[in-house]
Amino acid sequence: MIEAKNVNFYYGSFHAIKNVSMKMETNSAIALIGPSGCGKSTFLRLFNRMNDEIPGAKLEGECLIDGNNIYSKSTQVDVLRKNVGMVFQKPNPFPKSIFENVAYGLKVNGIKNRTFIAEKVEESLTAAALWDEVKDKLNKSAFELSGGQQQRLCIARALAVSPSILLMDEPASALDPISTAKIEELIHVLKQQYTIVIVTHNMQQAARVSDKTGFFMYGELIEYTDTKKMFLAPEKEETQNYITGRFG
Amino acid sequence: MKKFIDKLIEGLLKLSGTVTGITVLLIIVFLFKEGSGLFQSSTVEKGYTLLVNSENPIDKLSPEELKHIFDGEIENWKQVGGRDEAIRIFRFDEIFSIYTDDELGEDYDLIPEKLGEVIHTNPGIIAYIPQKYAAKNSRGIKELIQEKIGLSDYFLGEEWLPTATPAPLFGILPLLFGTLLVSFIAILIAIPLGVGVAIYLAEIANERIRKLLKPAIELLAGIPSVVYGFFGLVVLVPIVQKTGGLDLGETAFTGSLILAIMALPTIISIAEDALRTTPKAMRDASLALGANKWQTIYKVVIPFASSGIAAAVVLGVGRAIGETMAVLMVTGNAAVIPHSMFESVRTIPATIAAELGEAPSGGTHYQALFLLGAVLFIITLTISIVAEIISSRKMIKE
Amino acid sequence: MIQTKKIKEQIAFSVFRLLGFMVLGVLLWILGFIIYNGIGVISWEFIFSAPTDGMTGGGIFPAIVGTFYLIIGSTLFAFPLGIMSAIYTVEYAKNNWLTKFIRIMTNNLASIPSIVFGLFGMTLFVNTLGFGDSILAGSLTLGLLILPVVIRTTEEALKAVPKTYRLGSTALGANKIQTIKRVVLPAAFPNIITGLILSIGRVSGETAPILFTVAAYFLPQLPHSIFDQAMALPYHLYVLATSGTDIEAARPMAYGTALVLIVIVLLMNTLAGIIKKRFEKNK
Repeated sequence: MIEAKNVNFYYGSFHAIKNVSMKMETNSAIALIGPSGCGKSTFLRLFNRMNDEIPGAKLEGECLIDGNNIYSKSTQVDVLRKNVGMVFQKPNPFPKSIFENVAYGLKVNGIKNRTFIAEKVEESLTAAALWDEVKDKLNKSAFELSGGQQQRLCIARALAVSPSILLMDEPASALDPISTAKIEELIHVLKQQYTIVIVTHNMQQAARVSDKTGFFMYGELIEYTDTKKMFLAPEKEETQNYITGRFG
Repeated sequence: MKKFIDKLIEGLLKLSGTVTGITVLLIIVFLFKEGSGLFQSSTVEKGYTLLVNSENPIDKLSPEELKHIFDGEIENWKQVGGRDEAIRIFRFDEIFSIYTDDELGEDYDLIPEKLGEVIHTNPGIIAYIPQKYAAKNSRGIKELIQEKIGLSDYFLGEEWLPTATPAPLFGILPLLFGTLLVSFIAILIAIPLGVGVAIYLAEIANERIRKLLKPAIELLAGIPSVVYGFFGLVVLVPIVQKTGGLDLGETAFTGSLILAIMALPTIISIAEDALRTTPKAMRDASLALGANKWQTIYKVVIPFASSGIAAAVVLGVGRAIGETMAVLMVTGNAAVIPHSMFESVRTIPATIAAELGEAPSGGTHYQALFLLGAVLFIITLTISIVAEIISSRKMIKE
Repeated sequence: MIQTKKIKEQIAFSVFRLLGFMVLGVLLWILGFIIYNGIGVISWEFIFSAPTDGMTGGGIFPAIVGTFYLIIGSTLFAFPLGIMSAIYTVEYAKNNWLTKFIRIMTNNLASIPSIVFGLFGMTLFVNTLGFGDSILAGSLTLGLLILPVVIRTTEEALKAVPKTYRLGSTALGANKIQTIKRVVLPAAFPNIITGLILSIGRVSGETAPILFTVAAYFLPQLPHSIFDQAMALPYHLYVLATSGTDIEAARPMAYGTALVLIVIVLLMNTLAGIIKKRFEKNK
C-alpha cells in the first residue's frame, strides 16, 4: 500500500506539489489525470525517488510504502528502486540485446546465477506479453523492435526485478492505438499481482484501466475517488470541467 | 550590377573555402616530389666515386657494406663476396702524402694518372675520390657501379647515418621504431589517465570542481611544445636518470612521459564530450532499475560512448606521433633501433627538425628528410581517417 | 551484497577523483616550476633589452618583437581567409561533393604535424616563391597552421547563430550578404574573437613551423621589413635550452623566456574565457 501524507514538494522556489494526501491500495490500478504541468508526473516520481536527481528538490510531509517512510535516512535508494519499478513515457531500452535489457536489473542487483536469470527473463517477457514475439531473437538489439514492442520490453525489464509497485508515466502516449490497446490489456492482468500507478492524459484510458482515479490541478489533488464515480458523477466542479473537456 | 557583385562575393568565398584543399594537395605534391628524388640519386655521395683494382671481381657494394668497410668493421674482401684479400682503404687526401706537389703536376692534372698507378699496384685497394680525378679508361682500374638508392635501403634499412662517407645510410627503421616506441608507451600512460579524468569530469565531479578542472585542462592544452620540452629536459630527465640508475636520463621513456601529458587534453575533452551525449532517458532507466551511479556509468554510459572514446584515443595517438620539439629535447640523440624504452631514441619529426638545417639543399640527405616528412604525413593522415571512421560508425549505430 | 555495491562505487569514485587531481597536480607542477624559477629573471631590462654575453645576460626583447610580428602576420593571413571559408561552408554551400571535400580537407589539415608545415613552408615560401627566411614566409606558414582552427571555430560560431535571426532579416527584404554582414557576423563575433585569441596563443608558442622559415638565433638589429629574418620566443627558448655557448649560464634566461611564453598563453586563455562569459551573460 502506497500512501502520501501532507506532501509538499518544491523545485527550488517552485511549489510543485501542494499538500497532497492519498492512499493507494495494494494490487489495484490507480490513474492520475490532470492538465499538463499539474504535477502528476512529479508526484509519481516521488515514490521511487527519481526526483532526487534534480537540484533544489525539497520534500515536506511523508511518503510511505507499506507503512515505511521511504525518505528516511536509513532508506537505501537502490533497494527502493528495485522494489518500485518505473516505465517511462518514451521507450528507453539500452543499446544492448533484448535479453541483456531484461537481465540488466537482475545483474545490477547482484544476481549472478545464469539459470535463474534466464528463467526470470522468460517469465518477465511472458508477463509483458512479449515472449512469443521475441523468443527466437533474444540476442538481437533491442532497437530492432517496434515502438510498442520496445515499451513492452521496458515493462518486462521493470518486472524482472520483482517489484511490488509499478509506476507508469504516460506509458502509451508515444505509441499507436494497437500497441496502446495491448499495454492497457497488460495493465488489467498485471494489477492482480502489482500495485500500478499510471499517469495519463488520456481520460478514456484512465477510465478503462484503473480502479481509482486522482485528478490533479496546479499541484493540488482536487478529487480522488473510484474511477466509475469520477467519470459518471464527479463531486468537484473543476473535475467536471476537465472531464467534459471544457479545458485542459 | 548588384547581382554581379553578389556573385563575385560568392565566388570569392568559394575560393577561400578551397584554400585548405589546395594546401593539402600542395603539401602532398611538394613532399613527395622532393622525397621521391631520393630514389633517383646514387648511393655514393654526389660528385664522388669508388675505384678498385681491375682484377677485383666485385662490381658493386651496398651502402651498408661500404659503411662497414670504411668503418673498419669489414677488413677482408672475402667478407663481401670477393677474393681473400685484405681491404686497403684509400682516401683521396692520401695522394698528397704519397706524391709531391710537383709529381702531381700543375693544377693537379697528373692526379688521375698517379691515382691510376696507386690503384693498379694495390690489388686490395678501394679508393674514394672525387669523380673529376677518376681516370676511367685506365687499365688496371675499375669503377664500382653506382647504384641508385633503393626502396628497401630506405624503408627497411636499419641504420640512419646521413653523414657517413662514402655512402650515407638512410634506413628509417630506427626512426620508425623510435617514433612507435615513444608514442606507444605515451598512449599506454595517457589512456587510463585521460579516459579516467573524462569520466570524472562528465559523471562524477560536482560543478565547482568542474569549473576548476576544465580551464586547467585547457591551459594544459595551450602550453607550447617547447615549454614542455624544456620542463622535460630540466625536470624529468634528471628524475628518470636518478630513479633508473641510468647513464643518461634522455630516453624513450622520458619522451613518453612528456608526450602522455601533451596528449591528455585531447583525449580528455573528446572523451568527455562523448560521455555527455548519453541520453538522460537511458541513465534514468538504469537508475530506476536500482542501479547506483557507478553501475550506470560502467554498464550504460561508457558502452554508449565507447566509439567516441575510441576516437578520442586515436586522435591522442595522432597528436603524440606528430609531436616535434618536446620529444627532440628529451629523448636523446640516438638514431638507432632501441632495445628497451630506457635508451635514447630519435623520432621521425625530431629527426626532420634536427637535421634539416644541415642538409645541403637538393642533396640526398635533404631528399631523405622530405621523404621522412611524407611518411609522417601519411601516418597522421591515416590516423585522422581512422578516427573519422570510428566516430561516424557511432552515428550510424543510432 | 548491497554493501559491496556501495563499496565498489566509493572505491571507483575515489580512484577517479584521484586521477582528476593528479592531472591538476601535473599542471601545477609545470606552472609552478617555471614561475618559481623564472620570476626572478623578469625585469624591465629582461623584457626590453637585447641579449648580451652570448645569451647569458641582457634580455629577450628582439624575440618578443619577432613573435609579435609573426602573430600579426599570421592572423592577417589566416583570419580573413578562414572567416570567408567558414562563411562559405556554413551559409552558402549546398550538400555536394565540393562541401564534403572542403570539410574533409580542413580536418586533414588540422591533423598535420607542425613539422610538416615547417617543411612545406620552407619549400614553398622560402625556396620556390623565393621569399627566403623571412617574416613573410614564417607568417604564411604559421597562418596555414592555424587556418583549420580559425575555420572550425568560426563555423561553430556561425552555426550557433539562431536560424530565426536570418529568417527575420530576409523577411525584411535583406539579401544574403546583407544578412551575413549585418546580422550573422555581429552575432557570431564573440565566438569568432575567442577563436582569434586562442590562435594567437598557439602561434606564439609554435617552434617547428618557424625553424626553417624565419627563425634566427641572434640578429644584431630588429627586423626592418617582412623579408627580414626575426628572432622568436619559442625558438629562443629552444636554443637557450639545448645549444648556445654556455647552457648552464644561460639557464636563467631560458626560465625567463619560458615564463613569458606561459604568461602569454595564460593571458590568451583567460581573455577568451572572459569574452565567452560576457557573451553568455548577454544572451
